Amino acid sequence: MSLQPVMLWTDALVWLLVLATAGFAWYIARTPVLRESWHNVLARPMGMSSAAVLGVFILVGLADSLHYRERLDNGQFGVEVKSALDAALSPLAARSERTYSAPLATHSQSKENLEQAGGGTVRAAPRLQFGGAHLQDPQRDWRGDVIARAAAGAALGLAVCILFTALLALALARFWRCGFFASLRRLRQPQEKDLAWRSLLVTAFLFLLMAGAMAGLASGYHVLGTDKVGQDVLYQSLKSVRTGLVIGTLTTLVTLPVAIGLGLLAGYFRGWVDDVIQYLYTTLNSIPWVLLVAAAVLIVQVFIEQNERSFSSVAERADARLLALCVIIGLTGWTGLARLLRAETLKLRELDYVTAARAFGVGGPRILLRHILPNVQHLILITVVMDFSGLVLAEAILSYVGVGVDPVMNSWGNMINAARLELAREPVVWWPLLAAFGFMFALVLAANLFADVVQDAFDPRSGVKHPADPRASSQGGKA
Amino acid sequence: MSLLNVENLGVRIGHVAPVDGVSFAIEAGETFALLGESGSGKSMTALAIMRLLPPGGRIVAGAVSFDGKALGELPESQMRGLRGRGIAMIFQEPQTSLNPVMSIGEQIAEALPPGMPRDEQARAVRGLLEEVGIPEPAARMHSYPFELSGGQKQRVMIAQALAGQPRLLIADEPTTALDVTLQAQILQLIKRLARERGMGLLLITHDLGVARHMADRVGIMYAGQLVESLPAGRTGGLEQAFHPYTRKLMQAVPSLQRAGERLAAIPGRVPALDQAFAGCRFTERCPHAFAPCAGTAPEWTRLGEGHAVRCHLAAHPEIVRAGEAAQALRMAGAGSETVLAVRDLRVSFTQRTGQLFGKRRIHAVDGISFELNRGETLALVGESGCGKTTAAKAILGLTPASGGEVELDGKIVTGLSERRFKPYRRLAQIVFQDPYSSLNPRMRVGDILQEGMAALGVGGEAGRGQTIAALLEKVGLAPDALNRYPHEFSGGQRQLIAIARALAVRPKLLICDEPTSALDVSVQAQILNLLADLQREEGLALLFITHNLAAVGYLAQRVAVMKAGRIVETGAVHDILARPQHPYTQSLLASVL
Repeated sequence: MSLQPVMLWTDALVWLLVLATAGFAWYIARTPVLRESWHNVLARPMGMSSAAVLGVFILVGLADSLHYRERLDNGQFGVEVKSALDAALSPLAARSERTYSAPLATHSQSKENLEQAGGGTVRAAPRLQFGGAHLQDPQRDWRGDVIARAAAGAALGLAVCILFTALLALALARFWRCGFFASLRRLRQPQEKDLAWRSLLVTAFLFLLMAGAMAGLASGYHVLGTDKVGQDVLYQSLKSVRTGLVIGTLTTLVTLPVAIGLGLLAGYFRGWVDDVIQYLYTTLNSIPWVLLVAAAVLIVQVFIEQNERSFSSVAERADARLLALCVIIGLTGWTGLARLLRAETLKLRELDYVTAARAFGVGGPRILLRHILPNVQHLILITVVMDFSGLVLAEAILSYVGVGVDPVMNSWGNMINAARLELAREPVVWWPLLAAFGFMFALVLAANLFADVVQDAFDPRSGVKHPADPRASSQGGKA
Repeated sequence: MSLLNVENLGVRIGHVAPVDGVSFAIEAGETFALLGESGSGKSMTALAIMRLLPPGGRIVAGAVSFDGKALGELPESQMRGLRGRGIAMIFQEPQTSLNPVMSIGEQIAEALPPGMPRDEQARAVRGLLEEVGIPEPAARMHSYPFELSGGQKQRVMIAQALAGQPRLLIADEPTTALDVTLQAQILQLIKRLARERGMGLLLITHDLGVARHMADRVGIMYAGQLVESLPAGRTGGLEQAFHPYTRKLMQAVPSLQRAGERLAAIPGRVPALDQAFAGCRFTERCPHAFAPCAGTAPEWTRLGEGHAVRCHLAAHPEIVRAGEAAQALRMAGAGSETVLAVRDLRVSFTQRTGQLFGKRRIHAVDGISFELNRGETLALVGESGCGKTTAAKAILGLTPASGGEVELDGKIVTGLSERRFKPYRRLAQIVFQDPYSSLNPRMRVGDILQEGMAALGVGGEAGRGQTIAALLEKVGLAPDALNRYPHEFSGGQRQLIAIARALAVRPKLLICDEPTSALDVSVQAQILNLLADLQREEGLALLFITHNLAAVGYLAQRVAVMKAGRIVETGAVHDILARPQHPYTQSLLASVL
């Protein structure tokens, strides 16, 4: 079966971002000051743990960004666009039920009229097609089977964890130039200046144990239940990871050039440039944000519907809308960072090193690039990391209002939107909401904790000081 | 029994021991000055006495007793009662030490003993304000800090400190942030109050002049230790100083009497305080160090009445005092070629007033004229806010002039566009006051030094590397500095880099805007010596902007005294220093300590 790779617009941008991040990492490795700051981030247990959790989310998102079409039996490529994640989760995706079923259930949530073997009908909840279908007598076998599968999965997770520890120790043994066992010992009792490897291992242990147990259960059940049309909720939640990440990162990609450009220009040139930019962002800020986004999304939606033909598949159309949403949120959300950068630039432009550069006849653009931009980069970084979680949440809000991503696209906002009506059902259907909430919470919490640590490491005012500058605090001299 | 007794005090913050084994005593009515350069631990000593150490700091050794009570054992509640009532403190920055949203009367009343009736409180506040010399105290007590000048704010802070009727006053660099003329007044005020009230005074300062002027006894701190303790006072007490560090420090200060002598610079830097010391802490920088210095820490040796020193050479004063004969400073001869001519230069700013569209012109520089020849130094002297820095920026074309002319090397440059000014940029360069803000922290020193040459197209790509290497050697920095970042250097080294940066484009005029006022005395000497050498070797014209008349006498041939945007007096340096005509110049000279 041959494959045809498909590059969606957001895929291209996501992989571009990966390349840019790799480039940035290379630059960090070469710049001692930055390297030390990042070292401080990863030396903190909280920083390492949250980075590890974020890393897992990012891996899922990246796997979901490798799209392809399959060649069908008739020799043509199918219309359906799948991703590497779909391939990995294909059992989950394929095993759909008819409608709602609770997590780990063996019977459907709703009762139906069932024909009995001996004729006549009875109203009861039918057995699920896949969930627990292997059980002879669910009442008797269910508990033991669930425990056995969870335990087997967890054991597998543990094995993977041990393998991971061994590989890490092996890699670090090379780096530290010591033996394998010495390296293991050092992982347990870290020396000064080591990264927080122990936190990484603890996080990996907990995660692998949980993931293993879930995978074990998923082989015979719907771990997080199924939704209205019988689709596995776990699968949906995992597919939503990419949507959240794309919104969180690509939006920033749109925001940054606008915010940096306008903020620096306003702060450096002042005068009428500053006035114009200030009017622009105060105006933009005074329009209700949701209204502005809703209006823009509706315009884009109409545009997409009118040009239906230029999209060869549903996935492409949904992707175009996702990208449009990123651009819209980005173009309406740059004001905060721009304002921050303007204020900082106003301060920096009066510093003596900028005056010295002007005394050398260095031009405005060059001063901005060499003297101002490098000195606000910590602000940019902190804002980007802090905004990320806000953007993930914003997607949920917008989808809930109905102006978010395309309804066919998996996203936590869409899941919540679909589930809210079912909260009134009896018995209540709580699992899609809880699943979306749980995943979103994990991602946002990890991002927020990471942002905190990054801020501590990069913000010069947060107390972590460079070793030099002994007098800066003690005696400023005569101002 | 002494009022304050500090015994073998030791303070640690993390791995650093900023104070290590400091002992001294202060009697009631006595003034004791702790003198030392930045980082010597003098402020930490004061904070440890008040038990107000920064987070992570703790007292690890010794005892402090005040009025017979051991402060280390007092519970925090009683210690709180003692702060302000028993021991009061005056800080360096009046700007940040007063709450901007409370009237000064309220702030002083806060420090009064609790439970006082309202009218009595008001009377007490009025009395205090009068005592510290604030005119019309009854009206002034309702003013807010922004309505007061810097000197008045410092007076208010003193009134606040006095409100609790303290028996010991700790003054931490009380005048460092003030202008020279104010400094003398404030010091006099503190001294008078201490005498009248019989208070003990612990004065913390880096300024030898202040210590000499104020203190009964002086303790010299170096790297967390007291190294010498001696009586001061006008009878030449400090001249008896023995420790090589103290003596170097005294020779490093430029003074009117010693014009024409080279200043003594102390090589090296203060050792890091996160290590254990075996021997004397000054060994590495001491010109007289011999075998025992590195191995064993010197004990206190009594030299005379109230005079003790920590030095192995205590028995051999002749060794320490040898080789102190001052080297003459060879000054450059002024040439006849005029490098800079300023004629009736004016700079004014528009300031918005409270009303809508209301505007007001502020004349920062109000018609100044002078000329500067090759190889000559003109000192522009004045208090902060008199327009000296604005004038410098206008000369460099960094601030537009609103009138008058600036002629650089025979070409009038005022009113030129940025593009047409560019060819003349290399003629004049500037060195700033604050070495911490004058270098871009994200650029390597090599790039910083090259920036000007690249922007102005001086020298070819290949030649620049050599030029920079030569410059580094000239200002006395190691060649490996090129690949390092500014934060790896001390303040003095940064100022050397800033000077090298300015010289990289081979200017004919160098403007130095208070180049040493943010630096320690020993570093200041190094910078001033370097400027004098550079001028002689390169024939530079120097415009030396300063508020320090002592440094003027050391470096300049001519002086222009500036006040409120105008030059009020100008002439040759010895004339002005010996026979000042204008009352403002006289008051400036009178306040040199």
